[in-house]
Amino acid sequence: MILLFIVFAPLFAAALILAGAPARKTALWSSGLALAAAFAAFLGYHRGQKGFSYVTTLPLSDEWRLNFILGLDGLSLTMVLLTALVTLAAIWFTGKVERHENAFYACLLLIAGGATGAFASLDLFFFYAFHELALIPTFLLIGIWGSGNRQAAAWKITIYLATGSFILLLGLILLYRSVPEAARSFDLRVLQAAASAGQIPAASQNHIYLLLLIGFGILVSLFPFHTWAPEAYASAPAPAAMLHAGVLKKFGLYGLIRVALPMLPEGAKHWAWLLIALLLANIIYVGLVTIAQKRLDWMLGYSSVMHVGYIFLGIASGNLLGLSGAAILMFAHGLSIALLFALAGEIRARTGTLVLKDLGGLGKVMPLASVAFGLGAFASIGLPGFANFAAEVMIFFGAFRNGAEMSGFHIFQVATLLALWGVVISAVYMLRAYRATFLGSMPERWNGLPDLHRHLRVPLGILLAALLWFGFFPQELVRLLQPAFRNHFPVNAPQSEERN
Amino acid sequence: MSSALPWYVLLLPFVSAATIVLLTRRNGGVSAFISVGAALIGFVCSCVIFASPETTALELSWINLKPFLDVPLGFILDDLSKTMLVLVTGVGALIHIYSLGYMRDDTGKARYFAALSLFMFSMLGIVLANNFVMMFIFWELVGVSSYLLIGHWFTRDSAAEAANKAFLTNRIGDFGFMLGILMVWASTGTVVFGELAGQMSNLTAHPGYLTAAALLIFCGAVGKSAQFPLHVWLPDAMEGPTPISALIHAATMVAAGVYMLVRVSFLVQASAPALTVIAWIGTITALMAGLIATQQNDIKRILAYSTLSQLGYMVMAVGLASGEAAMFHLFTHAFFKALLFLGAGAIIIMLHHEQNIWKMGGLAGKLRVTFGTFLVGTLALIGCPPFSGFFSKDTILGLAHEKNAVIFHLALFTAFLTAFYTTRLVVVVFFGKARSEEAEHGKEAPLVMTGPLLVLAVPAALAGFGFFANKFLHLPHLEGEGNAVRILPLAAMLTGVALAFFLYRKRETDPIDLAILRRRFYFDELYAWLIHATQYSFARIAAFFDRWIIDAGAVRGASNATFGLGSLLRLFQVGNLQAYAFLFGLGIIGIIYLTVFS
Repeated sequence: MILLFIVFAPLFAAALILAGAPARKTALWSSGLALAAAFAAFLGYHRGQKGFSYVTTLPLSDEWRLNFILGLDGLSLTMVLLTALVTLAAIWFTGKVERHENAFYACLLLIAGGATGAFASLDLFFFYAFHELALIPTFLLIGIWGSGNRQAAAWKITIYLATGSFILLLGLILLYRSVPEAARSFDLRVLQAAASAGQIPAASQNHIYLLLLIGFGILVSLFPFHTWAPEAYASAPAPAAMLHAGVLKKFGLYGLIRVALPMLPEGAKHWAWLLIALLLANIIYVGLVTIAQKRLDWMLGYSSVMHVGYIFLGIASGNLLGLSGAAILMFAHGLSIALLFALAGEIRARTGTLVLKDLGGLGKVMPLASVAFGLGAFASIGLPGFANFAAEVMIFFGAFRNGAEMSGFHIFQVATLLALWGVVISAVYMLRAYRATFLGSMPERWNGLPDLHRHLRVPLGILLAALLWFGFFPQELVRLLQPAFRNHFPVNAPQSEERN
Repeated sequence: MSSALPWYVLLLPFVSAATIVLLTRRNGGVSAFISVGAALIGFVCSCVIFASPETTALELSWINLKPFLDVPLGFILDDLSKTMLVLVTGVGALIHIYSLGYMRDDTGKARYFAALSLFMFSMLGIVLANNFVMMFIFWELVGVSSYLLIGHWFTRDSAAEAANKAFLTNRIGDFGFMLGILMVWASTGTVVFGELAGQMSNLTAHPGYLTAAALLIFCGAVGKSAQFPLHVWLPDAMEGPTPISALIHAATMVAAGVYMLVRVSFLVQASAPALTVIAWIGTITALMAGLIATQQNDIKRILAYSTLSQLGYMVMAVGLASGEAAMFHLFTHAFFKALLFLGAGAIIIMLHHEQNIWKMGGLAGKLRVTFGTFLVGTLALIGCPPFSGFFSKDTILGLAHEKNAVIFHLALFTAFLTAFYTTRLVVVVFFGKARSEEAEHGKEAPLVMTGPLLVLAVPAALAGFGFFANKFLHLPHLEGEGNAVRILPLAAMLTGVALAFFLYRKRETDPIDLAILRRRFYFDELYAWLIHATQYSFARIAAFFDRWIIDAGAVRGASNATFGLGSLLRLFQVGNLQAYAFLFGLGIIGIIYLTVFS
C-alpha cells in the first residue's frame, strides 16, 4: 500500500493540478507526503531480507501475461528515496512560473511519478512505460519553459532519448524472446530466475547486452552519446534539470544493474572492454571538455556526464563492492547535482547570466547560496563527509580488485588509475568555477543582489543532510543494498577474463 | 580513562564547528568562545590520554563489506599518536587563543573559528586513524579546512587563487596516495595498519610492486608536506591569516605527511629504492627552499620557505630509515616555527598588515616581548645549542653522516643557509633604523597575543633536552660519531650567522640580487606554462572536438534526418514538439503490441 501511495501520489496530484487545484500547494503537499512515505518505507524495510518487499500485484490480462507489479528491494528503495528527496526540492525551488503554471507543476509531478514507477516496477512492461511517461514531460518542460535556444535543445534531447528508448525497447523485446516459450514472462523475478538457470544462451546474451548497453547508455549520456545533456540542462528550467539529471537519468544505470547485468552475465563479460573504453572517455575526455566550459550551467551539465563515468566503472567491475558503490553514487550524485542546478537556476534568475567571467565575488552578497554551492561542489568532487566520497571509494576498491594480480597492471587497474586522475580533473573545473562565481573581487553591478530567500534553506538542508548523513554512515545504504546484490553477483572478486 | 575519551577529543572540535555554522554564525564573539573552549578541553583530554596506559578505544564501522573491504573507524593509541595528540592540541589551543587577538576585528570571525575547529577535527583524525582509508578521509578534510582558511579573505583575488592552488596541488599528491593504498590493499586484503604489518610478506615477495606502492603513498606526503616538486602551494598559502600559517602551514598539517610516513614506516622501510628516493626528495627540498629563502622579502614567505626546508630535513630522515629522528625534528619544529610565525603575526598586525621586511627595521626596542621570543625561535631554528632545534637537527645530520656522505654535505650546506636567511630576517626586521612610517610607530601586541608567544618560547628553548623530549619521543641514539660531525654543523651555523650579520647590518636595501632565487627558480612560471600547454590545451581541443565533431557530425546528421521527418509530419499539421512526443509514446506502445503479442 505504502508503495502504491509513493508512486501514485505525484500522479494523482498532477491530475488534480491539471483539473485546476492550486498548483504549488498541491504539488508541495503531495511530494512532501511522498517523501514521508518513502522515508517510512526506508525505515520499515527489513535489512538483510532477500527478495522484494512491499510487493503489490494487480493482474491485468492473462492473455497478454500482463500484471502490474510493484515491489522494492534495497536497490530500488534507494532510488525511490532519491526520487522523493529530489522531487520535493525541485518543487520547492520552483518559483513563480510565468506561463501555464499548473501545467508546469503537473509536468514536474509526472516526471517524479514516472521515475518512481519505473524504479518500483517489477514488470518489464511498466518498467519501460513509466520511464516513457516521465520522459515526455521532460521534453515539454524544456521546449515550452526553457531558456536560450530551447527549441533546438528540446529537439536534440527528444531525438536522442527517443532513439535510446527505442534501442532499449528492441533489446528488452529480444531479452523477453530469448527465454524459452514456457518460461516467458514480463515479471522481472521470473525472467531473472530463468536467466539464473542458464536459459539464455551466451550467443544471444552478447547481442542483447550490447543493445541494452547502448540503449540505456544513451539515456545516461554514455560517451559518445552525451552531447544532448549539457545543452538540455542549460536550457531546461532549473527544476526540470534537477529532476532529470538527478533522478530520471539514473533510470538507465538502474536498468543496467537491474536487468542487463544479472540476466546477461556472459554478455557483460564479453563487452566489458567496450564499456571500460567508453566510461574512460566519459571520465577523462568529458572531464577535459568540462574544464574548457565558459558557462556555469554547461560546466555542471558536462560534470554530470563525467560523473556518470564513475557509476559505470562500478557497474563494469561487476562485483559486490563496485556495484554497491555505483548504487550509492547514483543516489549521492542525484542529490548533489540537483543541489547545484537549483543554485545555478537561482543565480541566473538574479543576474541573468551564467557566463563565468561576468560573475565573481558573489559570496559577498549571496552568502547562503555560496555556502550551499560550495558544499554541493565539495560533494560532487568526492570529498569525505559526503556520500559521494564513500561511493567513489567503494567503486575504486571494487574496480581495482577486479582481477588483482601482482605482475603488472590489469585492464581494470589501468581504468582505476585513469579514473582516479579524473578526481583531479573534477577538482580543477569545480574549484575554478566556484572561484569564478563566488570568490575574488565582485563586479560592481552585482552590488545589492539579494541572497536566496530564507525558506529555501529547507530544501537545501534536506539535500545536504541526506548527503552528509549517508557520507558519515554509508553502512546504512550498504546494508540495504547487500542482499539485493549478493543474490546475483559474486561475493569474491572474479578473476575477470578480458578479451582482446 | 574511558575508552570513549579519544572520541570526545576527536568530536569536540567537530561539534564546535557544526554549532558555529548552524547556530552562532552571526555572533563572532560567541563562536570564538566555543571554538577556543573546545580546543582547551581537547588539550586537557589529550593530556589525560597521554598519561594513561590505555591503548584501545571504541571502534565503529564505516564501511563493512566483508570479506571484501572493511573500513573501521578506529583509533591507534601508541606513543607516536599520543605525542602527536598532545602536540596538535597544545599548539592548537595556543593558536586559538592568539587568534582571539589577531582576528578580533575581522568580519568573518565566526567563519574563521568554524574552519579552525574543522581543521582541529581533521588533523586529530589523521593522528588517531588506525587505517589507511580513515587516514585518507581526514587527510582530505585537512585539505578542505586549509582551503577554507587560506581563502578566508575570499574577496581578494590572490587569496582565492592561493586556496585553489593549495587544494589542487594536494589533490595531485592524493591521487598517488589513493593509488598506493589500493595497491597495498589489493595484495594484502586489508587497510588496517595493525593487520598490514602482519601481511607484509605478500608485499615483500614482489619488490617492484612494493616499491611502486611505497612511492605512491609517499606522493601523498609530497603533496601535504609540500615537498619538491609539489612545494609550490605552501608559500602562496601565506595569503591566509597568520595564525593559520603558524598552525596549519608550519606546525601541524604540513607535518602530517611526515607523520604518515613514520606511521607506515614498516612499509616504506621494506623497500630500499623507495627510501633512496624519499631521502633525495627531502634533501632537494631542504636545499632548494633554503636557497630561495635567502632572497625573499616578505616575512611570511621567508618563514614559509624555511618551513619547506625543515620539512625537507624530516623527509630526509624518513628516507634515511629513521622515523625517530624525523619525529624529533617534527616535534621541536612545531614549537619554534609556530613561535616564529606568531611573532611575525604580532609584527604584521602592529604594523597594519605590512609584510615587507625592508619596510620594517628597528623593532627590537619597540616590540620587546615579540623580539625576545622571536630570538628564541630563531636560535632554535638555526640549531644553536642548547636550543631545541640544535638537538633534533644534529640528530638528522649525524644520521646523514652515517648513511650517505653526499646527503650529509648538502644538509650541512642547508644548515648554513638556514642560519644565513634567518639572521638576515632578524637583522633587517629588528635592528637598524625604522624604514617606514608604520615601523616608526610600532607598538607591542596585546597580552592575548604575547601570552602564547611566551608559552611557546619555553618548549622552543627546552624541547631538545633529553629530560623533556624523552617523555614524548623515542630518541634515536647514534653511535660512534666523530668530533667532525659535532663541529661541522656548528661551524656552518656560525658562518651563516656571521656572514648575514655583517652583510645586512645597517642596510637600506638588499645588497644581493639574484633573480633566479628571488623568482623561486621559476617553478610557478614553469608549472603555469606546463598546465597551459597540456591540460588547458587538451581541454580546449577536447571541447572543440565535442562541439564540432561529435555533436555536429553525429548529431546534426541525425537531427537533419529527423527534421526531414518533422517537416513530413508538418504536412499533417502536427509538426510541433508536443505532438511529436505524444506520437512517439503511442508509436512505442504500438511496437510493443506488434512485436510481443503477435
